[in-house]
Amino acid sequence: MVPFAGWDMPVQYTGIVEEHKAVRQSVGVFDISHMGQLIVSGKGAEAFLNRVLTNNITKLQPGQGQYTLLLNNKGGVIDDLIAYRTSEREFFLVVNASRIDADWAHIESQLTKDDDVMMANASDFTAGLAIQGPKAREVAAKVFGSSDSFPEHNTILVTMTENGPMWLCGTGYTGEEGFEFFMPAETAEAWFRKIVDAVKAEGGVPCGLGARDTLRLEMGYPLNGNDLSEDRTPLQAGLGFFVDLNKDNFTGRDALLTQKTAGLPDKLVAFRMTGAAPPPRPHYPVAHASQIIGEVCSGTQSPSLGTGIGMTYVPLSAAGLGTTLEIEIRGRRFPAEVVKKPFYRKPSV
Amino acid sequence: MSNIPNNLRYRDSHEWIDPTQDPSPVGITDHAQAELTDVVFVDPPKLGTQVSAGQQVCVIESVKAASDIYAPVSGEIVAINEALSSDPGLLNRDPYLGGWIFKIKTSNAAQADALMNAEAYRKHIG
Repeated sequence: MVPFAGWDMPVQYTGIVEEHKAVRQSVGVFDISHMGQLIVSGKGAEAFLNRVLTNNITKLQPGQGQYTLLLNNKGGVIDDLIAYRTSEREFFLVVNASRIDADWAHIESQLTKDDDVMMANASDFTAGLAIQGPKAREVAAKVFGSSDSFPEHNTILVTMTENGPMWLCGTGYTGEEGFEFFMPAETAEAWFRKIVDAVKAEGGVPCGLGARDTLRLEMGYPLNGNDLSEDRTPLQAGLGFFVDLNKDNFTGRDALLTQKTAGLPDKLVAFRMTGAAPPPRPHYPVAHASQIIGEVCSGTQSPSLGTGIGMTYVPLSAAGLGTTLEIEIRGRRFPAEVVKKPFYRKPSV
Repeated sequence: MSNIPNNLRYRDSHEWIDPTQDPSPVGITDHAQAELTDVVFVDPPKLGTQVSAGQQVCVIESVKAASDIYAPVSGEIVAINEALSSDPGLLNRDPYLGGWIFKIKTSNAAQADALMNAEAYRKHIG
């Protein structure tokens, strides 16, 4: 067990590589109870959130969700999150555990007395499980007794139970098909046992934080705190797709437009070790043309590829595909090259 | 149940040494490899290095973490296991035989006697 954002969480149950491969080949279940859930509702909720978040929330129909970002005035990333429209006037935000308080404070600070908006923090009484892998659909059918209960990608199904609401979200952090299931905390243990049984019946296993990290990094998904910070913009992080610069003003927009005109100072790139090397890990120095130019943000050994992979911010002059970098590990430099994301692509059937 | 051979001596940081051989092979225990899982890289010590008991001498890397390996006794590193450079998984599959990491020519045989025996190590890992 390791401390993570105030929670004690397992790094692994049986082994990172075994758990990782289960998710790629069959299915795995992750405890994601640490994640936060904020509910923003009211007549003014859509307009308010569109002012606070980078993606265009007006594009969402009830039942749909989108990846989006919460920025400070400098355009720096406070958090990356999924925003779902659960009804015409209600939105369900799934945020990072370590940022729940910061997100709440930042969103609340932007409320004006003219906004007809209510905010609720469901994080403390809500637990969550992520079921991920090609057999996730079978697990959903078995556990919920119907194949209708599987949320398609970026959609949400909300069910009211006697203990409170349950949210089924068609998202994940692994690159595989799957869903994230948030439920009243007091029902979590029973659900976990039921789902673990169904997962095992499909040849899968429960998975810890270790496999969650290797799976998301193989897809090149950023992790807040490693790859995203309040000092860098989503444009630098390569997340411009989730920023709608054409919509009306939103927090951070001016800073992004200024940066776009001036040019990016650096950019998040994916790199892969090119020879036998220890796995690159966060904070290892990164060199280019003999000069240290930064540090590893995320890094690990890719179980699917069998090589070290990582992400790092580099000046644009070193960001081109095929550029040679060196990762300094315990005083020795090992070669790496800038590669395209994702690191891992599903073999075509 | 972890395999803990009776003929070896153990450090609390989970290295084993076989003091009945000269030079003495050193590796990590079955318990340690099971905890680390999936060793992917062994950064070996330099041949000919003089080390003191308790000194950090090399690093093994699993997907999970980098782990320091400490010298169980003082002496000179006289051999390293080249097989681990192409097959680090040997450490997981065969921690006590094929998975030895280095051999040390000890300058102080009494140091090995002061290490834990199998029974003490079994208690240590609980």
